[in-house]
Amino acid sequence: MKPVNRNRERNILETQNTSCRFENNILFITGQLKVNDAGDLVKAVLKELRLLNLTEFTINLEGLDDIDSAGVTSLFYIKRKLSAKIPDISIEGGNEAVKKKIELFSSDTSIEDKADSDFEITEAVGRGTYTFFTSYLYGFLLLAADTLYWAVADLFRTKTTREGEFVNQSVNIGVNAALIIIVMSFAIGFVMAVQSAQYLREFGADIYIVDLIVIGIMSQMGPLIAGVLIAGRSGSSIAAEVATMRVTAELDALKTMGLNPVRYVVVPKLYASLFTIPLLIILSNVSGIAGGATAAYSSLNVTPEIFINRMESVMQNKDLLTAFVKSQVYAAIIVLTGSFYGFRVEKGAEGVGKVTTQAVVVSISLVILADSLMAVIFY
Amino acid sequence: MEKVIHVQGLSVTIDDTNILSDLSFSAFKGEVTVIIGGSGSGKTTLLRHLLGLNPIEQGYVYVLDRDISGLSEEEMQVMYHQMGVFYQDGALMTSMTVGENVAMPLIHQSNLPKALVNDVVMMKLGLVNLKDARDLYPSQLSGGMLKRVALARAIAMDPPLLFCDEPGAGLDPVSLKSLDHLILNLKDLLGISIVLITHEVSSIIRVADRIVFLDKGKVIFEGKLKEALSSEIQELRDFFSVLRSEHAK
Repeated sequence: MKPVNRNRERNILETQNTSCRFENNILFITGQLKVNDAGDLVKAVLKELRLLNLTEFTINLEGLDDIDSAGVTSLFYIKRKLSAKIPDISIEGGNEAVKKKIELFSSDTSIEDKADSDFEITEAVGRGTYTFFTSYLYGFLLLAADTLYWAVADLFRTKTTREGEFVNQSVNIGVNAALIIIVMSFAIGFVMAVQSAQYLREFGADIYIVDLIVIGIMSQMGPLIAGVLIAGRSGSSIAAEVATMRVTAELDALKTMGLNPVRYVVVPKLYASLFTIPLLIILSNVSGIAGGATAAYSSLNVTPEIFINRMESVMQNKDLLTAFVKSQVYAAIIVLTGSFYGFRVEKGAEGVGKVTTQAVVVSISLVILADSLMAVIFY
Repeated sequence: MEKVIHVQGLSVTIDDTNILSDLSFSAFKGEVTVIIGGSGSGKTTLLRHLLGLNPIEQGYVYVLDRDISGLSEEEMQVMYHQMGVFYQDGALMTSMTVGENVAMPLIHQSNLPKALVNDVVMMKLGLVNLKDARDLYPSQLSGGMLKRVALARAIAMDPPLLFCDEPGAGLDPVSLKSLDHLILNLKDLLGISIVLITHEVSSIIRVADRIVFLDKGKVIFEGKLKEALSSEIQELRDFFSVLRSEHAK
């Protein structure tokens, strides 16, 4: 684009406090240049000089009565922005007060732009992978090993935790989650049966509703519903509790009192989870089957007697064993993930919310992945 | 001398208890006015009224020649552009970086473009010697650094009037001295008038031009620091002697 010659006298800014006139390569600023006008000045000057082809440019402050830090910064910002295009830029004039403030506020304020790198994406992928292995996976495995060690070592020692802690944690993780698990499992068992009933009736296979519900709930849905709900409920609670303890220096206090935070905070939660989650899964199974039986009775006239008789022949001991193994795996995943993210908290109040969200997302994902893996193994 | 704050007949009663009783004093341009008094003397209540955070039910409070008792919320917002506040614990937003904290008033109270805000932030952080801390979070800073960031945020808009609530609380003597010198430097360089609440006797002696002494919700002394130190008022003598002896220990 050909430069336009507009190098003539013109007012480029007129506000209540500031006037700005451009004449013969000189920008005359008069009045007061303060925070409320500094932004407008920058925009006006850069717009005015954008198309001019100047070799020198002067900012004249003879008529300037007062200036503040934002005003000074705006002058140096203009100078910096134009320096690539105009080799000779100077700021001159100004009364003593203005000169003093320019001197005070003229320290280098520029923020260095990060150099573009051809390898930015490769670097990011590399760094992300490295961080995942060194920070996340390694950290998680260390916590798991530490927790396992203390869980085994403290199995028959009660002095290492607060008295009644196992019961407290069992109530928090187990008893308080019972109602929601009963309601949700019942609803899902009911819906499964209602949706299957129509197709089974078409084939005259009404009685197989029992097989479908019992196998579906016992081997898959019951443990999964319980696992996901506990991961959401107790996983978030564990992460938030540990994170808050870290932010408020309670974990540091434990350390300085000679107590191992993993041993004192995490292990009781693991014990409680290992004990209560199998019970919750049993509750989930019973409730889901009850929901399915209710729907079977209302949709296909399969009476409770028939349902129970059929159920006895369908149920396998393997399902109970599978559910128990799953419960132990879920317990470990939920407690370790919640604690791991809790220990990683940074940045105060916001950090607690952030790690809690991360813990819930990762817990639920890991529970579902573990469930899928075990479904394949135990099939 | 030009008054930046003038309080006349301010009384505050909460649940039938007189917190402030017919309180009057002035703070002057270019000076550091230190409000002192024992616990429960009404300092915090007074500061909240000076800042317009509590409604003024009896008496007058003039800040920068404006009676703030009758100002609407919008008018008070405009007044806040001319007032910087340095809170006791910094009151920094923990979810924001140091740079974002200092940028807050600039973004919300001015129309500066983002690039210019960044430059002003760097300049303010430079004034408190914390340029390198721009991308850190408050949780990553020491107590002294937090105070300096809080000061940088308080002066972000070049306010003519700065309120400081116990700025030295929790600082070691060296950090406290350094913070006091920083406050004095900024006062001299920027021409800011400062109203400061503190218990630290060393700090009072270093920074104060004028003392306002509160006792049981009343001003029992108002005058220059020199006059305060030689005052015969028993409560004031007790205050300085107790603090001095604590410092001597």
